[in-house]
Amino acid sequence: MSTQQKELESLVNRRYEHGFVTDIEQESLPPGLDEDVIRAISARKNEPEFMLEWRLKAYRHWLTIKEPEWAHVHHHPINYQDISYFSAPKSDKDRPQSLDEVDPKLLETYDKLGIPLHERARLAGVAVDAVFDSVSVATTFKDKLSEAGVIFCPFSEAVVEHPALLQKYLGTVVPHRDNFFAALNSAVFSDGSFVYIPKGVRCPMELSTYFRINAANTGQFERTLIIADEGSHVSYLEGCTAPMRDENQLHAAVVELVALEDAEIKYSTVQNWYPGDEDGKGGIYNFVTKRGDCRGANSKISWTQVETGSAITWKYPSCILRGENSVGEFYSVAVTNNLQQADTGTKMIHIGRNSSSTIVSKGISAGHAQQSYRGLVRVMPQAEGARNHTQCDSLLIGKECGAHTFPYMEVRNSGAKVEHEATTSRISENQLFYCRQRGISEEDAVNMIVNGFCKEVFKELPMEFAVEAQALLNVSLEGAVG
Amino acid sequence: MSKMLEIENLKARIAGNEILTGLNLVVSTGEVHAIMGPNGSGKSTLAQVIAGHADYDVTEGSVKFDGNDLLELEPEERAREGIFLGFQYPVEIPGVNNAYLLKAAVNAKRKHVGMDEIDAFEFLKLAREKMALLDMDQSFLNRGVNEGFSGGEKKRNEILQMAMLEPKLAILDETDSGLDIDALKAVANGVNALRHADRAIVLVTHYQRLLDYIEPDFVHVLSKGQIVRSGDKSLALELEEKGYEWVREVANA
Ligand SMILES: Nc1ncnc2c1ncn2[C@@H]1O[C@H](COP(=O)(O)OP(=O)(O)OP(=O)(O)O)[C@@H](O)[C@H]1O
Ligand SMILES: [Mg+2]
Repeated sequence: MSTQQKELESLVNRRYEHGFVTDIEQESLPPGLDEDVIRAISARKNEPEFMLEWRLKAYRHWLTIKEPEWAHVHHHPINYQDISYFSAPKSDKDRPQSLDEVDPKLLETYDKLGIPLHERARLAGVAVDAVFDSVSVATTFKDKLSEAGVIFCPFSEAVVEHPALLQKYLGTVVPHRDNFFAALNSAVFSDGSFVYIPKGVRCPMELSTYFRINAANTGQFERTLIIADEGSHVSYLEGCTAPMRDENQLHAAVVELVALEDAEIKYSTVQNWYPGDEDGKGGIYNFVTKRGDCRGANSKISWTQVETGSAITWKYPSCILRGENSVGEFYSVAVTNNLQQADTGTKMIHIGRNSSSTIVSKGISAGHAQQSYRGLVRVMPQAEGARNHTQCDSLLIGKECGAHTFPYMEVRNSGAKVEHEATTSRISENQLFYCRQRGISEEDAVNMIVNGFCKEVFKELPMEFAVEAQALLNVSLEGAVG
Repeated sequence: MSKMLEIENLKARIAGNEILTGLNLVVSTGEVHAIMGPNGSGKSTLAQVIAGHADYDVTEGSVKFDGNDLLELEPEERAREGIFLGFQYPVEIPGVNNAYLLKAAVNAKRKHVGMDEIDAFEFLKLAREKMALLDMDQSFLNRGVNEGFSGGEKKRNEILQMAMLEPKLAILDETDSGLDIDALKAVANGVNALRHADRAIVLVTHYQRLLDYIEPDFVHVLSKGQIVRSGDKSLALELEEKGYEWVREVANA
C-alpha cells in the first residue's frame, strides 16, 4: 500500500479527536476534517437534511481523489487536517472598534486605492455599526430588489429560505465530483451568495458583495449560485479590492452560474487576496472553480476578472455553451509579481449550434513570478457554426519572470471557426527611458504601459470597478522595476 | 544671456568603449547650436548622456545645467528641469494613448514647478493649437505612442511633445532625417516658435537644408568624441562643400 493510500485510509478511519463540538456559542471548530465536522457545520447553520446529505456525499468522494498536479504551480503540500473548517463571524466586541486599531500598512494601501473611508472600515473588519450606519444603505437596497422580485441573500439563508429553488440548481454546473477542490468546497462550504433573477427582469442595480454587509465575513470556502431565469439580466461584482489578511492559507471557492433562455449574466471579479511578502512567505492559495452554464438559447455569460492577489491562483472561469446562439466571454487580466504564481485561463465548451465565444487574456509578470494561461476550446460535433476567437497576450517586466501559454483546442465539428492569437512582449529599457525623458517617473511609466496593455479588459468592467482595478494594478506592481 | 549648459572634458563609455573622449561645449540662453559630424562620431551619445541614459558611463568631466551638476539627476528630474531630447529613433509604446503620455508629461512638469494639473479641456485646446502649428492631424492624439507611425510622423510627434513641454533646452537628434519638404518646414516652424531669449536649442543634423529654416548661431563639428571645430553658420556651408575629410585634415594638422 502506498503511503498516500495509507494516509487516506487512516484519514477515513480516524475519529475526530477533539470531540464533537455542538456548543452553539463556539466561535470556531478546532482544525481537522471528518464527517463529524461536516455534521457540525451543517447543524450550526440549521441546514435541512438534504444539504447535509449533499455535503457528506461530496466529502466521501473527496476522500477518494487526489489533489491535481497538472497546474504549472509549486507549493508545499497542504495538510487538510491543519485547517479549521468553521469559523463564525467574529462578534462586534472582538473586532477593532475604530480605524485607529487597524494595521497602518493596510490603511496606507486603502489610501492608495482611494477607497472611501466607511468602506475601508468595513474591509478592515471594523465593527461597522460603531463607525457608520450601514443599515439605511442595506435597506434601501433590499427594498428595491424585492420590488423587482430578485433574491439576493447569503447562501446559508437561501438553504433555509429557498430550499426548492436552490436544490434544483445546486451542483448542476459544478458537480461535487468535478475536481478535488470543488469536492472539498461542496463538503465544507461556509457561505457565499445566492442570486435569483425572475423571468424577464432586468436587475435594477449591480449586485455587489460589497453591499451584502451581513455576510461580510464569509470564510475561505465560499459557494455562490446565480440563476438568471428566462429573459433576465444581471451584473454581479465580486471581490475585495483591498488586501485581506487571512490566518489561513487555502481558499477554495465554487461559483455556479445558470443562464436560461435569452438571459444574460455578467460576472466581474477583482481579486486581491494577500499575495505573501517579497520573499514568498505567506499568502493565499486561491483554488477556485467557476463555471457558467448557458442553458437556454440566446443566453450569454460573460466573465471579467482582474487577478492581482494570492500567492497561488488556480482558476478557470468557464462557459458551457449549451443553448443555440449562446455566447460566452472571458476577459482577464492577471498580474503576478515577486514570487506569485498563477495558472489561470478558461474553458469554452461549445455544444449549441451557432454558439460563440471570445477570450481575451492579458497576463503580466514581474519579479520572479510565473504565470500560465491555460485555455480549452472544445467544439462538440453537434455545435454547427460554432465560433471562437482567442487572444492571449503576455507582458513581462524584468528578466526573471516567466509566461507560459497552454492552449488546448478540440474541434469536432468541421464547420467551426476557431482562432487563436498569442503575443509576448517585454517592457523595454528604451520605452522606460523614453517616458522618463518626458518627465514621467519609472513607476508611473510602468503603470502607464501596463494599463495600456490591459485596456481591452478594463473597458469590460463597470466604471467604478475599472478605476479601482487600475489603481490596484499600480499597487501590485509597486517596486516591479528599479 | 547666461550660461545654461556647460560641458567640460566629458568622457563617456558604452559597453566598455569610450565614445566621448573629452568633449567641451557651452550653450547659453537664447542660442541655437548645430552639431554636425560623421556617422558614429558620438552625436547621439552626447545627447543620451545629457538626458541620462543608464547604458552610458561617464568616466570623466562634468556637465552643468543652470550652474548645477546635471549628472547627479535622474532622467525624469533632468526632464522636469527643462531638458528635452528629441530622439533619433523614437520608441513605440503600443497601447499607451499618445494624448495620455503627453498629458502625463505636461503634468509631471507642472507638478515639479508647483502648478496644478492641467484640466482636460485646457490640455486639448493646447494640443490642438500645437498640432495645427505642426500641420499634424488630430487623430494622432488617440493612437498608441508612435505605434505604427511612419518615420516622418514619429519625428513630428517628437516636436509636438517639445512644443507642449516648452523646454529650456531642446536637443533634437536628427529630427530632420527622413522628413519630406513640407514636414521639414512644419518641424522648423515648431522649433522656431520655441526660440526665446530664455531658451536654447541644440540641433544634431547632417544637412544644411534644416539650417536654411532654423538659422544657428554656432555650428560644431564632432569627430571621434570631441568637438574639433566650431564656427558660425558659414561653417555648415563650408562642410557641405568640402566634406568631413577636410575637418579631419585641419584637426590633425
Ligand atoms: N552598445 C554599444 N556597444 C558598443 N558600441 C556602441 C554601442 N552603442 C553605440 N556604440 C558606438 O558608439 C559610437 C557612437 O554612436 P552614436 O550613435 O553616438 O553616433 P552618431 O554620431 O549619433 O552617429 P549617426 O550620425 O550615425 O547617428 C558608434 O560607433 C556606435 O557603434
Ligand atoms: Mg546619431
